[in-house]
Amino acid sequence: MKTAIVVFPGSNCDHDAYHVMRHVLGLQAEFVWHKQTSLKGFDLVILPGGFAHGDYLRCGAIARFSPIMEAVADHARKGGPVFGICNGFQVLIEAGLLPGALLRNRGVAFINRDVWVRVENDRTRLTGLCRPGQVLQMPIAHGEGNYTADPGTLARLEGEGRVLFRYVSPSGELDDRFNVNGSANAIAGIVNEAGNVFGMMPHPERNAEPLLGNAQGLVLFESLAGLRPGAEAA
Amino acid sequence: MRALVYVTLKPSVLDPQGKAVRGALRSLGFDEAADVRVGKLIELTLETSDRTRAEQRVRAMCETLLANTVIEQYRFEIVEGTAP
Repeated sequence: MKTAIVVFPGSNCDHDAYHVMRHVLGLQAEFVWHKQTSLKGFDLVILPGGFAHGDYLRCGAIARFSPIMEAVADHARKGGPVFGICNGFQVLIEAGLLPGALLRNRGVAFINRDVWVRVENDRTRLTGLCRPGQVLQMPIAHGEGNYTADPGTLARLEGEGRVLFRYVSPSGELDDRFNVNGSANAIAGIVNEAGNVFGMMPHPERNAEPLLGNAQGLVLFESLAGLRPGAEAA
Repeated sequence: MRALVYVTLKPSVLDPQGKAVRGALRSLGFDEAADVRVGKLIELTLETSDRTRAEQRVRAMCETLLANTVIEQYRFEIVEGTAP
């Protein structure tokens, strides 16, 4: 199990993701600079959070044309798992690897705080170790996380179980006050049709070990790595 | 030759920025500000003198990079001369 963490100019959660895979889970992980063109030998690709290319023009708009993105698309086409977190999610959307768009937050402000998300589908490679309907507390830090899609796309996402996470109250109830950025259907994360490209706005890599006061994000990386909770890392 | 590219959110897409600006205008007494939409103006200087070709190229730029046509629409003008 070897993870590539793609580094764009402006990525700033690349080390967090590396730390989780390499040190918390004890798996192989390497940084891959965005100008590289191959992901040969990697099993999992993570597009980390940050502000790739300064978020100029639109978040992810320039990053999607980075040389590495062809290899990312190729990895996805072959069924390899790709996980975009926050800015990485924005890049995957701009690249057309995930549907919809991420607008400016409903309240316009950049939001940096903990939120609660409910696992809506626990039968995916990202959420397979979660309990059905499990509520996870994790931080968000974004200005453009207001998920939107045309009604047809939203209906398909919902109908096909491709909404993975929704913003909810701490007790797991849908409540507009907890849909912090105004996302359509309170969507916080989705998966592509083939079930191998994942994107979410919250940051599970920032709360993946008890030292940080909350390890609730770890289960997603354990799921991706095919581990069991508590099992010794390979 | 120059191109002025205007990129705006589609009418069907909510514009949180425009809504905030509208609120600010109204709180300043500009009650006639019924609706506000915020967009981008991108000014391009083009190394070409072929207007037809310039239009084709700028349209391609919009479709490829300058606008996200999932949520945005664009229009552009090709104007003679260089930037003022």
